[in-house]
Amino acid sequence: MNPVATPFFFYFLAITAIVSAIAVITRRNPVHAALSLIVTLLSLAGFYLMLYAPFVAAVQIVLYAGGIMVLFLFVIMLVNLEQNIREYQFNKQWIVATIAALALGGLLAFVYRTGRGVFPSAFYQSYRGLEGDNTQQIGIWLYGNYMLPFEIASLLLLVAIVGAVVMAKKRI
Amino acid sequence: MTEITTMHYLVVAAALFIIGTIGVLTRRNVVIILMSIELILNAVNLNLVAFSRLYGLHGQVFAIFVITDAAAEAAVGLGIIIAFFRNKETVNVDEVDLLKW
Repeated sequence: MNPVATPFFFYFLAITAIVSAIAVITRRNPVHAALSLIVTLLSLAGFYLMLYAPFVAAVQIVLYAGGIMVLFLFVIMLVNLEQNIREYQFNKQWIVATIAALALGGLLAFVYRTGRGVFPSAFYQSYRGLEGDNTQQIGIWLYGNYMLPFEIASLLLLVAIVGAVVMAKKRI
Repeated sequence: MTEITTMHYLVVAAALFIIGTIGVLTRRNVVIILMSIELILNAVNLNLVAFSRLYGLHGQVFAIFVITDAAAEAAVGLGIIIAFFRNKETVNVDEVDLLKW
């Protein structure tokens, strides 16, 4: 199986994802942040395609970029943010945030550096069941081995629907 | 340029995770904090799918479950934001003190 993950596409998608993720947390206007988040989600869908996961890529685009982001934009339109844009956008926790980010980054760098030999370094000896019929196999897994988590997820979605409606109602 | 390995994907996912953490900790706008949580969940998803390339389809199934959770969390969180905005006319997280007295 020839890898579709050419290095050029990987680095292009990685830079797009990280730059737009930084834009998400630095933009003043939340609409711009939401649009940057859509760019990040689309480049992650490109990553999933490169990793031979077309169904997850499609779900990512349909559910995230299509569903969740519309919800976000809708709420941004609903809450009037005119005067919020003019206020100061960051709170006073930047020291704690810097320490936390450095600790997390150091931990991840340490783990990845020491565990480098644990994962197979290239995809040559990768799992063979991933070519072709990805959607069919995920369906078989979802309705076979993962039947109970699937039902629990449906119950979670039902609770979330009821909860969202109750929260957003004017008077309960 | 060398071959792209699992480690490359893990590093990208770690970068997204850290950016999301910084966003959660420093921003005042609750909507952007929720977006940063979505960034964190997406970083986890990228890890899961990258490992599913090595160890079978379990990772992709779990990624779908994580996306489901993200949808539920976004719906409930945005409902809470609407309810809060109706009470206080703001979405700044440091003014959320309705449960204090």
